[in-house]
Amino acid sequence: MNITGLTLTETLKALEDKQFSKDELNEAYLERIKSLNDKLNAFLLVNEQSNGLPAAIKDIIVTKGITTTAGSKILEHFVPPYNATVIDRLSENGISIIGKTNLDEFAMGSSGENSAYGPTKNPWDLTKVPGGSSSGSAAAVAADLCVFALGTDTGGSIRQPAALCGVVGLKPSYGRVSRYGSIAMASSLDQIGPITKSVADARLVLEWISGVDGKDSNCNVEKFTMQPSRLQAGFRVGVPREYFGKGLDQEVEKVIREAIRKLEELGAQIIEVSLPHTEYAIAAYYIIMASEVCANLARFDGIRFGFGRENFGAEAKRRIMLGTFSLSSGYYDAYFEKAAKVRTLIKQDFEKAFQECDVIVGPVSPTTAWNTGEKVSDPLSMYLMDVYTVPPSLAGIPGLSVPCGFAGGMPVGLHILGKYMGEEIIFNVGEVYENATDWHKEKPKL
Amino acid sequence: MSRMKLSKDQVKHVAKLANLPLTENEEEKYGEQLSEILEYIDQLNRADTPGVATYNVSGQENVMAKDEVGNCTLPQEDALANASKKRQGFFVTKGVFEQ
Repeated sequence: MNITGLTLTETLKALEDKQFSKDELNEAYLERIKSLNDKLNAFLLVNEQSNGLPAAIKDIIVTKGITTTAGSKILEHFVPPYNATVIDRLSENGISIIGKTNLDEFAMGSSGENSAYGPTKNPWDLTKVPGGSSSGSAAAVAADLCVFALGTDTGGSIRQPAALCGVVGLKPSYGRVSRYGSIAMASSLDQIGPITKSVADARLVLEWISGVDGKDSNCNVEKFTMQPSRLQAGFRVGVPREYFGKGLDQEVEKVIREAIRKLEELGAQIIEVSLPHTEYAIAAYYIIMASEVCANLARFDGIRFGFGRENFGAEAKRRIMLGTFSLSSGYYDAYFEKAAKVRTLIKQDFEKAFQECDVIVGPVSPTTAWNTGEKVSDPLSMYLMDVYTVPPSLAGIPGLSVPCGFAGGMPVGLHILGKYMGEEIIFNVGEVYENATDWHKEKPKL
Repeated sequence: MSRMKLSKDQVKHVAKLANLPLTENEEEKYGEQLSEILEYIDQLNRADTPGVATYNVSGQENVMAKDEVGNCTLPQEDALANASKKRQGFFVTKGVFEQ
């Protein structure tokens, strides 16, 4: 039996049926990590003592007694004295940490190349990026180095690498999951979420990690529990015309259009919708996010933990500078406040669109994975790769990336967006699509 | 908001506000890159925003913690475990005033 090829749901079933033991499960994964991690650089740390269901954790989520670097030199030797809430919740459900995964420094990047510990490689083609910033988590799931992984998503950092690596990724609604113990990047946007081998797996992990803990004041909604409801035929799928314009790769567009046709075949009613302020999303995001970044990263002063500020990498410095500038005296109204107002317009776009449809679908990323090094020296072109993932982040709504085919041999992800706290319907649509297709079963040859 | 080109002095000023030690090369590089990014951001000017309010996406407002010791405090030893310099159970910081 190919133990590491199983999804989380299948693994739980196999354990229950005593097809293998937890020890055998961990041995199988540890062996696979041993043979593949040098190639992929997905894990920064491997826990040989893992004895539960082996999950990979993005190294920006603090783990008691286990070094947590956030992909930065600054925290090279940081050993957290406490666990993030999500870690405690996973361990209550029998999960153990098999390793901490690589990421863009402090979760800032779209390619995994901003890590101080070297770039992660895409399991589908080692010369290409895996996406970011949850680069190691997505690559680890795609290469079957863990049963599932946790990532964090601020402007696309779960969904985009999941799409580029051909796995499932969920950014929950803002406030769905407590961020206690997730090293903060941009606090009005950050969310923790699962990267998994199937939609059912993502749903299960969300049930485990969601809910109030009293330590994240934006997290005030009870734990997510999936109701056993079926999707009604005639469910309305909105397709925003702004998501199919300039910049979208033609091959990717073909794959996405085919996926939409499939949804129609499965009973969906396809409705064209409009999100007219999409064009401003990246500009607003880079002001809001960078402003919050410069405030959050102010805590790294080398006094209570970590090394001094000269150890920040290039992207972190760039964003600290941009944020500090946009909040500085004389520029606040023109930049931060303006961006915050545009954010409201983007949220209203979604509210209007959701009056006509139940979910919105489109591409996760305008292209498939690009070559390592290709965009490193041009930050703006890298930022523009987040054009479809950023607007829902600004609106705080949930987004699911589901494998929906290949373009030029590289995976493409279908983005399924729901209303605020509307995870249930995006899971339903995702599952109906997944059950009718075999894309999620495709594995990279390693 | 007009076309924004950051001067070298502005870059130095922002770096000082951010407490970010930059090399001369970095000052130059970030000056150029930030100018390019700000130029892109200028398009926000085209969005019509009079009367638009700002908001918190979770809808939460003024969430207060109870005025009590919660369950997320750390023992002193743990809190100090990652400090580069400590003395008698305290963090050692740089002096604020000249001696």
